[in-house]
Amino acid sequence: MQRRSFGRLAGAAAALGAMPAAVRQASAAEPLKVGFVYLGPVGDFGWTFQHDTARKEAVAKFGDAIKTTYVESVPEGPDSEKVMADLANSGHRLIFTTSFGYMNYTLKVAQRFPKVFFEHATGYKRAANVSTYNIRFYQARYVQGVIAGKLSKTGVAGYVGSLPVPEVVQGMNAFLLGMQSINPKARLKFIMVNSWYDPPKEGDAAKALIDQGCDIITQHTDSPAPLQAAAGRGIKGFGQSTDMVKFAETAQLTASVDLWGPYYIRRIADVMAGTWKSTDTWGGFDSGLLGMSPFTNMPADVAALATATMADIKSGKNKVFVGPLVDQAGASKLAAGAVMDDGALSGMQWLVKGIEGKLS
Amino acid sequence: MFSLQPRSAASPLWSWASPLLALALTALISGAIFAFMGRPPVLTVTTFLISPLLATGGLEALAVKAAPLIMMGVGLSLAYRANVWNIGTEGQFILGAIAAGTTALLLPDAPGTVLFPLLIVMGVVGGAGYALIVAWLRTRFNANEILTSLMLAYIAQYLLVFLVTGPLRDPDGFGFPQTALFADAASGPRLIEGSNLHLGIVLAPLVALVAWIVLGRTTLGFQLRVLGQAPRAAKFAGFSEDRLVWTAMAISGGLAGLAGMFEVTGTQGQLSTNISPGYGFTAIIVGFLGRLSPAGVVPAGLLLALTYLGGDAAQINLGLSNAITGIFQGILLFCLLGSDVLILHKLTWRRRAKVAAT
Repeated sequence: MQRRSFGRLAGAAAALGAMPAAVRQASAAEPLKVGFVYLGPVGDFGWTFQHDTARKEAVAKFGDAIKTTYVESVPEGPDSEKVMADLANSGHRLIFTTSFGYMNYTLKVAQRFPKVFFEHATGYKRAANVSTYNIRFYQARYVQGVIAGKLSKTGVAGYVGSLPVPEVVQGMNAFLLGMQSINPKARLKFIMVNSWYDPPKEGDAAKALIDQGCDIITQHTDSPAPLQAAAGRGIKGFGQSTDMVKFAETAQLTASVDLWGPYYIRRIADVMAGTWKSTDTWGGFDSGLLGMSPFTNMPADVAALATATMADIKSGKNKVFVGPLVDQAGASKLAAGAVMDDGALSGMQWLVKGIEGKLS
Repeated sequence: MFSLQPRSAASPLWSWASPLLALALTALISGAIFAFMGRPPVLTVTTFLISPLLATGGLEALAVKAAPLIMMGVGLSLAYRANVWNIGTEGQFILGAIAAGTTALLLPDAPGTVLFPLLIVMGVVGGAGYALIVAWLRTRFNANEILTSLMLAYIAQYLLVFLVTGPLRDPDGFGFPQTALFADAASGPRLIEGSNLHLGIVLAPLVALVAWIVLGRTTLGFQLRVLGQAPRAAKFAGFSEDRLVWTAMAISGGLAGLAGMFEVTGTQGQLSTNISPGYGFTAIIVGFLGRLSPAGVVPAGLLLALTYLGGDAAQINLGLSNAITGIFQGILLFCLLGSDVLILHKLTWRRRAKVAAT
């Protein structure tokens, strides 16, 4: 599986420059109908909220030239197939399906509607009219790990995981690599709650990790519950997807923030200009798809180090997954100096040395 | 002044008119809510209840959603008639899906003519077997089946999560919580090639017909009804309550398992952590809306299936929130329970002394 890098986003600037003409053209005719299929309710935070924020950015950008429709709380099953078909039937020409579980259904519907363009988030199967897009979430995890390395006294951090999928595995590994760049003896404990959103379980998992000696908590689940659990025990944590500082003003150090807006705007412009092609996009800090909320509740030198780390990743100086990398059993996974390629990264199913617990 | 007078006997007219009255009231009340929200009430209600039927593929989607609801609603109407309160059809649905799905995964190369009938059997056995745990707990320990069946539904969900994140997980699936896709032979025959119209859609009304005959025309049906209406009479007549509990649980569980089997083989093609959008619990509403009669369950199942589709249509066409489905189902149940008062009571207009006339 070859992931195309996001260097092309430089081209997006060009696309944006060309946009006003396209907008004028389109608004003369019918507005372009763009559909969004959401996993959860929009709510006030988290995965779906960020997708909807990006949808609103696209609306603000294109105005009357587009008409967007979203369908929320669509289960990752046959219902999603029907929703996508309904959107296609009602004249939507570009449809974003924003969760992994829609993958096979997106491809099925795309086959039935060859003239409709589909964009599937976080998947790995593509077709002539199906693109995939994703964010390099692990880059922000590494920065979190650096902060944890500076702040943790026990040298043990806790990770509230969702499912042992590559995205989460990358996140755990990147977090500990960042932490070990400061404190080589750092360790990471984790609990998978088998859900992306289950506040009671997420909170319980965070408490269990704290009880096991973790003095900093990060999470790969959608609710602020782990952060709030950390705040309740007087320790620090990180927000997920959205800046969650309002839920834990004294506990959130920073949050990884998903910024899908630039991508949505670019793809809508592509359809308007007739230049849409099936692509695979995996963007990080450099593409503007990934951000971090302000560094708070930490000394100025730690915030400065975090800012510098982020800049290094953004410029490509720090590639995060650089050898030597060793797995839990001590086997070498990457030779010294080598950089892990996107293929190996996107199928990652092993844990770096220092993470305690098994994947399944 | 209106007043409610008890009837001497339940009104057969109102036991059937009550759901229709409830539906009309629901349309009125939800229309009023939409009007308060500043939406055109008539357009919104018709979008919700009628547009899904006119959409391309709308009837197909309705059939796919109604089939499991009808199958489970039929089973529940038999059980509830006998005062056997199986609340855990969701769990039996899942176990039927697990039994059939696991079999399909273990026999990827079996020919369809052998595999598909086997999957049907496994679905029924899985659902019925799980329901019989409840029957055993009730007959052996006198444990309340409402509690045990409900709790077992949660256990079933966790068992499913354990299996698809553990032993049954697709080894080539990058750790995502789902099994490999079943072989094509496991999906069974289709009414229309390439559609989701699986065999279960034909079976659902047949199941309702058979259950209607069983309940109305056989000794077993008579025994179930007597047990529900007059348990002491059933005892004096020499009917074995235990045997009837086992039978009612086996039938309702088996049908739930069958529904689960068709859902995973017919429309999903794999096991994942979310194989049911709450069909098992919605089927309880279907049973009551259908007057606990297999014949009534068919239109009730279609209506509840329609509310799911209407929620999607309202989101796509009107930009309304997804919460509308739940609100509509809630108002419908509320109105149904209210209207049911008329079965045992009649509404009369009584003149009162002029004192009250202010």
